[in-house]
Amino acid sequence: MIAPLFKTGLMGYPGYMISGLIIGILFGFVLERSGFGSARKLTAVFYLRDFAVPKVMFTAIITAMMGVFYLSALEILDVSKLYFSPTYVLPFIFGGFLFGVGFLIGGYCPGTALVAMVNRKLDAFVFAFGVCFGILFFSWIYKPAQGILTATSMGTITIPQWLNVHPGWVIIGVIIFAFFFMGAANKLESIFGDQTQEENS
Amino acid sequence: MEQKNPFLNPYLGGFLLGLILLAAFFFAGQGLGASGTFSRITAMVEHWIAPETAEANAYFGKYFKGTKHILNNWLAVLALGVLIGGAVSGFLGKRNKTEIVSGPNISTNGRLVLALLGGIITGVATRISFGCTSGQALSGGAVLSVGGWIFMFSVFAGGYAVAYFFRKEWI
Repeated sequence: MIAPLFKTGLMGYPGYMISGLIIGILFGFVLERSGFGSARKLTAVFYLRDFAVPKVMFTAIITAMMGVFYLSALEILDVSKLYFSPTYVLPFIFGGFLFGVGFLIGGYCPGTALVAMVNRKLDAFVFAFGVCFGILFFSWIYKPAQGILTATSMGTITIPQWLNVHPGWVIIGVIIFAFFFMGAANKLESIFGDQTQEENS
Repeated sequence: MEQKNPFLNPYLGGFLLGLILLAAFFFAGQGLGASGTFSRITAMVEHWIAPETAEANAYFGKYFKGTKHILNNWLAVLALGVLIGGAVSGFLGKRNKTEIVSGPNISTNGRLVLALLGGIITGVATRISFGCTSGQALSGGAVLSVGGWIFMFSVFAGGYAVAYFFRKEWI
């Protein structure tokens, strides 16, 4: 297995950092080009008017997921060397919910705020300042809260490991879920979309 | 002539984003992420003002352990790239103009206050969840991490739970 190139030693630290810069440029370009530099576009999904955000996310997840699966099956990519965070069930449910609340109120997430800031959206600057302040606040409460934040730990675990099934079954499940989700999203967009001037009930 | 929809088709955008994420796994062995860099920048600024406090902090202390600069980090150069790529695309699409983005039914000051409040909540949430929509939902989701999927569904639940109360901000 040759990949991940940095972790197998085939690519050194300078190459690793240059890959980060190039991947970041492409990431920022696609985010902006998809409309994610606008808080209105990002929050429209929560008013059932524009499902671009979950459509992009699920399509990206499926693409990368299948890529990882096939590169692993071809013995090119060693999935055991891929980093991802451990799972803490209740903290993640709470943190995710809180993130959704902050996203809806603030209009951005950290990555899209970068794209919006560089295109001179003043609300994104204020949002980003808020994110930094929130992180500073977290750093003050981290020590006493550490026990709660690491409760209900499952370790670093994938859905196939958790269900004890072959990853292929989970991939098929995700694709079927996405298929029905996209169908429902298109239906809802045809009902609620393109009526931005209409007063809501 | 004004185009009706200047944005990428979401399926094409998603496919390209998926290839970019796959490239991150292939080259670096890690996914995309944005909130970690916000955390490093916050720690760096605290370190400028009060170095000993920052180094002694239970959460920020880890950033100051090694000899590398705090922003000598893969996710930090990724964030720099996001700024460059976002600027290029915004320039090409003529979307790089000074403005405050909101719906038509909220005042400018109201929107800025909510942007600050939402940012603070989001900042806390990213640290509780070890990441944001990029690191946890997108990258964790693609490697089928249990936590990534829990986080993603919880984000949508949180957004829908409060969307009604903030409808004047957006529609």
